Amino acid sequence: MVQGRLAWRVGRLAEVRDETPTARTLVLDVPGWPGHLAGQHVDLRLTAEDGYRTTRTYSLAAPAAGDRVAITVQRVPGGEVSPYLTEVFAVGDPVELRGPVGGWFVWRPTSPDPVLLIAGGAGIVPLMAMIRARRAAGSRAPVKLLYSVRTPADVYYAGELRRPEPGLDVTVVYTRKAPADWPGEPHRIGIADVNTAGWPAEFAPQCFVCGPTGFVETIADVLVALGHDPRRVKTERFGPSGS
Amino acid sequence: MGIVTPGFRGRARTADEKLPPGQYLVEDFPVLSAGPTPRVRTENWRFTVTTETGRTHEWSWADLLALPSETPTVDIHCVTRWSKLGTSWRGMSLDTLLADVDTAADYVLAECHGGYTTNLPLEDLLDGQAWIAYEFEGEELAPEHGGPARLLVPHLYFWKSAKWIEGLRLTLDEDLGFWEAAGYHTYGDPWREQRYQGD
Ligand SMILES: Cc1cc2nc3c(=O)[nH]c(=O)nc-3n(C[C@H](O)[C@H](O)[C@H](O)COP(=O)(O)OP(=O)(O)OC[C@H]3O[C@@H](n4cnc5c(N)ncnc54)[C@H](O)[C@@H]3O)c2cc1C
Repeated sequence: MVQGRLAWRVGRLAEVRDETPTARTLVLDVPGWPGHLAGQHVDLRLTAEDGYRTTRTYSLAAPAAGDRVAITVQRVPGGEVSPYLTEVFAVGDPVELRGPVGGWFVWRPTSPDPVLLIAGGAGIVPLMAMIRARRAAGSRAPVKLLYSVRTPADVYYAGELRRPEPGLDVTVVYTRKAPADWPGEPHRIGIADVNTAGWPAEFAPQCFVCGPTGFVETIADVLVALGHDPRRVKTERFGPSGS
Repeated sequence: MGIVTPGFRGRARTADEKLPPGQYLVEDFPVLSAGPTPRVRTENWRFTVTTETGRTHEWSWADLLALPSETPTVDIHCVTRWSKLGTSWRGMSLDTLLADVDTAADYVLAECHGGYTTNLPLEDLLDGQAWIAYEFEGEELAPEHGGPARLLVPHLYFWKSAKWIEGLRLTLDEDLGFWEAAGYHTYGDPWREQRYQGD
């Protein structure tokens, strides 16, 4: 079983959707895909013509749907792989991938507990998979999403998150530039935002925090300071350095 | 073998002999852990070694600091692909800590504040290969990097260098730790790219 999950498979790019000017969703067709849980990720392996190879990790952006697997890649300036995936990699092209990987940062639709999702930037990707998994399963677990972005143009899945959905509360915090009708000044998420947009600690929600390292560190500390049980705070840190 | 990804070239490469396959160099010190950073106070800190017969050896923070320390300079390699070269630490060699421990065990489960565990063969902690580290680059070890003290086993992927270390449990059979039970490699040699089970 483990062998199968971690064998390299060949996927083909079936569809692309631009989420923002710098982020693109890639839908891959992966014959024999074993399925996955929301919050898990895949490893993508790229091989150049001279045999050079490199691997990067990407969270799955949607629950399993047959052989279709979706990821959303944020272009990192000067990066080796993300500019290729968001600009060059074209429909029909093959890429190797393996997974799903990661069994800790996952949400299961059978859980009735309240859920608090806190995302910074591309950290929305695995949390969106949880929101979509909840919808697909008809779960009634109450979910609150607190999402930090720089500007309105940086919101991933904007149309989908704007659509009202029973039991899902979405709060966006802007760090650089806010829309005209947004109350308050652009700022980084702090204790007041988490307190207002989150669940009281007594409700014992499952908390999932994902984003750049510095963001995750800050938010996890805030949750613990607000009385959340550290064992119910799961974190995923993207990228090599804080920002 | 493997398939070519059309149009992918990759970055210009430099062959750095100190870099295991698939790793890249960082200058900063990334933080990776599964939950919030605990703040562990040294007043309450205890380090315990428990043998397979249930015998325990215990050190307080003061006991630990009273032992002779070493200042290893080592390269570290994270399974998430960053490596950091020439990092300097201060800590107690596990040879010192385990010198008076009588055991027939082959395996160790490192146990940490908050319930994190990781498994290692005992022989990988001996012969100058591992430390309980409490200083990094001349400063006390910051909580996000495992302070007050972490295990330091630089020849294995860094998840084996358990942060917020509280004890070692010696066992005859190998128990799997937190990531290992979740599919990561039992041993984790960066030079053999042992990332996941089966690698
Ligand atoms: C569990 C997990 C899930 C993730 N999920 C997602 C996701 O859903 N979406 C997403 O967009 N990203 C995700 N990431 C991040 C992703 O894996 C890549 O790190 C990201 O796409 C950048 O890759 P890159 O090749 O473009 O950049 P890289 O070339 O790796 O560069 C990234 C940064 O690291 C530095 N760097 C890296 N290598 C070198 C080098 N050799 N020399 C100098 N500097 C270097 C650069 O300064 C650069 O700023 C995830 C990461 C993890 C660990």
